[in-house]
Amino acid sequence: MEESVIRLENVSFSYDQKLILENINLNIKRGMFLGLVGPNGGGKTTLIKIILGLLRPDQGNIYMLNQPIEKFKNWNKIGFVSQKANTFNKGFPATVYEVVSMGLTAKLGYLKRINRKMKQKVLDAIDLVDMGEYAYQNIGKLSGGQQQRVFIARALVSQPELLILDEPTVGIDYQNVEKFYKLLHQLNKEENITLLLISHDTGVMTEYASDVACLNKTMHFHGNTKEYSALSTEYLSEIYGHPVQVIVHDHE
Amino acid sequence: MLLDLLHFDFLRHTFLTGLLIGIIAPLLGSFLVVRRLSLLADALSHVTLAGIAFGLFIEKQFLFAFSPLYAGMGFSIVGAVLIEKLRSVYQAYQEIGIPIILSGGVGLSVIFIALANGFNTDLFGYLFGSVSAVSKGDFYLIIVITIIVLGTIFLFYKELLTLSFDEEHAVTSGIHAKRIHFLFIILTALVIAASIRIVGVLLVSALMSLPVAAAMRLAGSFKQLIALSIMFAEIAVIAGLVSGYYLSIPPGGTIVVIAIILLLLTFIKDAFTKKGGAQVHE
Repeated sequence: MEESVIRLENVSFSYDQKLILENINLNIKRGMFLGLVGPNGGGKTTLIKIILGLLRPDQGNIYMLNQPIEKFKNWNKIGFVSQKANTFNKGFPATVYEVVSMGLTAKLGYLKRINRKMKQKVLDAIDLVDMGEYAYQNIGKLSGGQQQRVFIARALVSQPELLILDEPTVGIDYQNVEKFYKLLHQLNKEENITLLLISHDTGVMTEYASDVACLNKTMHFHGNTKEYSALSTEYLSEIYGHPVQVIVHDHE
Repeated sequence: MLLDLLHFDFLRHTFLTGLLIGIIAPLLGSFLVVRRLSLLADALSHVTLAGIAFGLFIEKQFLFAFSPLYAGMGFSIVGAVLIEKLRSVYQAYQEIGIPIILSGGVGLSVIFIALANGFNTDLFGYLFGSVSAVSKGDFYLIIVITIIVLGTIFLFYKELLTLSFDEEHAVTSGIHAKRIHFLFIILTALVIAASIRIVGVLLVSALMSLPVAAAMRLAGSFKQLIALSIMFAEIAVIAGLVSGYYLSIPPGGTIVVIAIILLLLTFIKDAFTKKGGAQVHE
């Protein structure tokens, strides 16, 4: 049996007596590149918060690396990249190196400082996202796409098994989006990192993801990308509540 | 002043105290400014004033000799704890604790000042700073505070920086944001109590924010921000104490004015190089 990185069983969650998530089942296996799609307000971010342990579900079970989430302690195995390219304080005087080294803070624990070996790990992570030449530059001066790479490096430096990305391409121009997905593809294939990517845009994502989950209060679809692409537009429009068109990108 | 320094103990204490707060005030201030909490220092300094007024009142009423600085420090720490409590009560309006604590501090100060029979020269020194006010006892207390602050920042630097840069990331990666923040706010209370003798209640927050504001224009990294802030603060403190001493002006005033001049110089530097230090690029 393939190993699960995250498994959700019948997870429901409501907020202010309004049901946000209903009986969600999700199984993310090692090595997957899962795209979680669905309309805004469909519960994607809530689901991520539950997976990150920031919210507790009303019912259901969650297993992280085969451990019940209540007992799960290895949070440094889970990397999280939020929509920071849009929201972080761009005036903050920090270099790329400083930002990426923050990814080690929790892993090192209190009272331990970054030693030479750790320093090399930070520089390796920066190289991995192809930002080596900017290592000692102020992060506020970089472009949105470059900043997002830095945040990925920050998540990678603690060597996670799973990387969760929440709408990482918002605010990045189209050419850089392609480049960005290529980086994710490389991390998935070469570094063997399982990926969970949240996106409301299904276009480019389907080109790189191995699996797709479609969420709008309930899980409407959970399978591989080929099956997803074969879904009729009528069915998808029903899920989204408005007409959508699936654009399948072909490699040239 | 240099010759006088050798002759008068009180001047030496003042001068050394100035050098110490020139390190710890901008050090804490660097974190305060990037977390957009500069006003926290104002709120806490006014609570400290209430403590000092209370100390003066007790001193007068019961002829009980102890440094009002201890009462100031106690009030400042209680104020810090209350601001944290208010932050969790008003989650959507976290900054509301600052005006509540600030006005509460001023209100209590007025009451204790009145009870202690109004203004005296001691109180004037606490408001605007003084070159002659630092006693031997105060000096030792400030040394202890400096050691505590430097030690704690050294040990928790990476947590504080991570939390300041991105609280959400810090929390999701498993850092106890609340504990670290609490530790930080207690340190701020201590630094304010330590700085008050020299710069005074009304200007203590300036020493924590002006040098940082100037350093922000030039720094590319957080370590640079801290180093430049301390450099600017030391220049302001040394020049401010010396000029205050010769002109018979409370050093709070001269220190702050020099800090503002340094800040203006960084603007001029910007105008020539046409390259902002910490501008927002979009």
